[in-house]
Amino acid sequence: MPLIKVDGQEIEVPAEYTLLQACEAAGAEIPRFCYHERLSIAGNCRMCLIEVKGGPPKPVASCAMNVRDLRPGPEGQPPEMFTKSKMVKKAREGVMEFLLINHPLDCPICDQGGECDLQDQAMAYGVDGSRFKENKRAVEDKYIGPLVKTIMTRCIHCTRCIRFSAEVAGVPELGATGRGEDMEITTYLEKAMSSELQGNVIDLCPVGALTSRPYAFQARPWELTKTESVDVMDAVGSAIRVDTRGRAVMRIMPRLNESVNAEWISDKTRFIWDGLGAQRLDRPYIRRNGRLEPATWAQAFSAIAEKTANIDPNRIAAIAGDLAGVEEMYALKGLMDAFGSPHIDCRQDGAKLDPAAGRASYIFNPTIDGIDTADAILIVGSNPRQEAAVLNARIRDRWRRGKVKVALIGEQVDLTYSYDYLGAGPDTLSSLVAGDHSFAETLAGAKRPMVIVGQGALARPDGDVVLKLAAKLAAGGEHDEGWNGLAVLHTAASRVGGLDLGFVPGDDGHDVIGMVAAAAAGEIDVMFLLGADEITVNALGETFVVYIGSHGDAGAHRADVILPAAAYTEKSATYVNTEGRVQMAARAAFPPGEAREDWAILRALSDVLGHKLPFDSLAELRAALYRDKPHFLRVDQIEPGSVDDVAALGSDPGNPSSGAFRNAIDDFYLTNPIARASAVMAECSALAADRPASAAE
Amino acid sequence: MLDDKDRIFTNLYGLHDWGLKGAMARGQWDNTKALLDKGREWIVDEMKASGLRGRGGAGFPTGLKWSFMPKESDGRPAYLVVNADESEPGTCKDREIMRHDPHTLVEGCLVASFAMGAHTAIIYVRGEFIRERERLQAAVDQAYEAKLIGKNNKNGWDFDIIVHHGAGAYICGEETALLESLEGKKGMPRLKPPFPASVGVYGCPTTVNNVESIAVGPTILRRGAAWFSGIGRPKNVGTKLFCISGHVEKPCTVEEEMGIPLRELIERHCGGVRGGWDNLLAVIPGGASVPCLPASQCDDLFMDFDTLRELKSGLGTAAVIVMDKSTDMIRAIARLAYFYKHESCGQCTPCREGTGWMWRVLERMAEGRAEKREIDMLLEVTYQVEGHTICALGDAAAWPVQGLIRHFRHVIEERIDQYAAKPAVGDPLMVEAAE
Repeated sequence: MPLIKVDGQEIEVPAEYTLLQACEAAGAEIPRFCYHERLSIAGNCRMCLIEVKGGPPKPVASCAMNVRDLRPGPEGQPPEMFTKSKMVKKAREGVMEFLLINHPLDCPICDQGGECDLQDQAMAYGVDGSRFKENKRAVEDKYIGPLVKTIMTRCIHCTRCIRFSAEVAGVPELGATGRGEDMEITTYLEKAMSSELQGNVIDLCPVGALTSRPYAFQARPWELTKTESVDVMDAVGSAIRVDTRGRAVMRIMPRLNESVNAEWISDKTRFIWDGLGAQRLDRPYIRRNGRLEPATWAQAFSAIAEKTANIDPNRIAAIAGDLAGVEEMYALKGLMDAFGSPHIDCRQDGAKLDPAAGRASYIFNPTIDGIDTADAILIVGSNPRQEAAVLNARIRDRWRRGKVKVALIGEQVDLTYSYDYLGAGPDTLSSLVAGDHSFAETLAGAKRPMVIVGQGALARPDGDVVLKLAAKLAAGGEHDEGWNGLAVLHTAASRVGGLDLGFVPGDDGHDVIGMVAAAAAGEIDVMFLLGADEITVNALGETFVVYIGSHGDAGAHRADVILPAAAYTEKSATYVNTEGRVQMAARAAFPPGEAREDWAILRALSDVLGHKLPFDSLAELRAALYRDKPHFLRVDQIEPGSVDDVAALGSDPGNPSSGAFRNAIDDFYLTNPIARASAVMAECSALAADRPASAAE
Repeated sequence: MLDDKDRIFTNLYGLHDWGLKGAMARGQWDNTKALLDKGREWIVDEMKASGLRGRGGAGFPTGLKWSFMPKESDGRPAYLVVNADESEPGTCKDREIMRHDPHTLVEGCLVASFAMGAHTAIIYVRGEFIRERERLQAAVDQAYEAKLIGKNNKNGWDFDIIVHHGAGAYICGEETALLESLEGKKGMPRLKPPFPASVGVYGCPTTVNNVESIAVGPTILRRGAAWFSGIGRPKNVGTKLFCISGHVEKPCTVEEEMGIPLRELIERHCGGVRGGWDNLLAVIPGGASVPCLPASQCDDLFMDFDTLRELKSGLGTAAVIVMDKSTDMIRAIARLAYFYKHESCGQCTPCREGTGWMWRVLERMAEGRAEKREIDMLLEVTYQVEGHTICALGDAAAWPVQGLIRHFRHVIEERIDQYAAKPAVGDPLMVEAAE
């Protein structure tokens, strides 16, 4: 590694480092606006100018030059850089002055105020007064969609947003029109942006030009309480920060987690928060004479107790929804076990995943980090762009770096990267397994192949066969040591946790489809829905339905008793993402009204029902949980699945049916009860539906 | 004074046939194969020895530039890109070459491309040059027809020329912006390094040269480096096209020896300054982007790179803009500032914001509606732009203003005093302040 000198201090850095990185490695602080480590280098803001000895007598943009381009001194001395010299100070002051002359300085009414790079750096590197006596430039605001609000006069033309949409999101909708001081950032003819990652431009924008439209004028950053948590909108488990004021969630921001979401989150994750305040179940209800009427907790519990007294264990069932935490599923499972009922399931969509086949059979074994090193990717029955937008950006990033082949079996959709389209259904998968396909060679020759299986391929009667075929494909060939290529891409945050718990039918138990059918046939008397809204609730016949959940959605409409529970921002709960990574969501706010945390509801109910659960606090519940399933204790870690399990799973696949795969998600914006309560998501959904089909495909 | 026998562009005024036949009659395409047969290295060495400095403005040695191209291809093709986006105000030399002597350029492309191992040359013609592009294309077609270029041509070096028509943006004359524009993107300069010689157009090794630099190549090689380097002054050798415009009796483009005294240039070829030499106020010696020089420095001024640099100006494209005493210097420079404000690509901060600022202050100063301390502020702004930008447009915008303040500060101060004594009617604030 070359030796360089920064401000007199000698340091060795890799030759491919930029001067900016080298200076930072030496502990020097370099201001910047356009530079962002996850985007290409633009070098246009000129804020990162430093002095380099021996070069031309002018400052150098440190973000745009590599250490290897430095020339040593005349006698071979290490190249020298200065970040605090007079020239550098002057350059920074000059650039800062230029940035500010046409900036409106409307910080008091700007939503970025308090967390603005321009504000902070003007304080640190600028001068106190303005010498600019001319009229400032004014730029008309642009409409770029319901999520991102623009105040384009504030724009400093760093082009981070343009580079993000072109490079990371893969939907190059933003661009600059005009030139010189008339340059303006806009979408083509002010069309709404269509990327499901567009909200990230708000974080990227170093000034207040792009701000969150739903959050506009709602709160100031310094009055918000920040709680670090994880997201449950999809099964990626993105790291988020929930900002609250009092009881209200004011916004959701991404948090850095290199192994999961880097620093991006999807729009659903970011803009869901208005749904947390709408359609909330804030008190228990009991259905009397066909109408839901408010009740007390005691009344609600006794109404349930009435129905479950001396019930035949075969006539009681429970379904866990997509947003349920591990703790409440554990409590519900405990209750059902106490009843002796085998009818429990956490797979609302009917996915044919069985924990008996080993953990490797239902997690994203190669891990999200593993995408970065994959050399062949086959996507089966999935649209990762909608099912896991951040993960899709990771695949796109891998694809952009080249030397990887991506192929798709299923619905032909726009994934923001090109792929070989192999076919629509399991026949193609079978022929791949049989080796009758050109892509089979690619897979066989790959050292780190990935077979991503979506829920669309599994939630069908022959889903188990499809899974076995995929396992066979993933297990075949000579792979790198320890590589496990079977990647099940879940859509529900609760799913892997539920499967880890064994929240699946016991001996002779019904799965979700069986339960619904049995209920319709009058074979189930009481059914617990733990936030389960994605099943056909109207087909439950005369069954007495107890809905435990946070939002008045499909399940609550059908319920006979509603027990109001907490949403994911209101409880401390464990979630396991699609990789099998155990993560903890934290409580950022309290549930509204009389609503309680789900585990506590189940614990209280169990007492009334005569099957008291053996814990009185969340800590006791967790202690019991960790005794049963120790891997839940290891937060932020992945309990790896076994490669042998995958091989065993794929040993005898059988023959699938011929129907084409249908993707699991029809409408990205409306996948769960919280999203369906959100006005912002509804607007996005309507916009997406209006978009011509050609744009979506 | 350049002898007629030493002229390279013998049809600069279009008096003869521009076409292949006429060009051959004037000695072009004369056994070009023999030049190529002497080999790449000989050509590059000869160009280095000739002392030819790039004619696009910066004056970088052309032979040296050619030698930066990789000797062995790593699989990527090499390209010669000829910058015919001649947009510098006052400059009209490449235009004359393309109009009247296009075959010098076409032949030059072949020789230069051979010297750098390129099988393709792309000529990027300024958007406003419509007839010139047509003429150049016609000349290229003639050369194809005569099998002088193209596949399996008489000269033994497979070679294609693509004439590309720009859309008329000054910034596309910057070499990397030109490459971006060629690739179909917005004409915005690239960051350097990497330099075009390693990563140029379509990511391949590329040399970008001015039309004149390329067009003089074959003649230099035929007549020898010694002949070329024998003309002019030390380190500033050869013949050069000068474009004289402004307040002279007969504005013209003329080929002269490098380092000709300015007075001789103007009086011999242009009929002198309007109203006599003593009526001279200032000249801009190298196209709009170099600082102006006052008449007091013009008497014994050698028109070459180094002399002008010592006077803190530059030879640039050798486009001499002559201004007599009727000129309002502040307004003249304000107009140039407007040009740079209009042509800034907007990519990097100092140029995007600074050019507009400078123009607006100058507009006020032209009226006198300013304060004297703003002169120093304006000067400081020019230094904040200069050297802080990605490309040289920032420098080009700053220099004329610096020249103005360096040599005509008193004019600005007088203007301000005049205005303060008698502010414009209808400006109540100023009236109030003056009372």
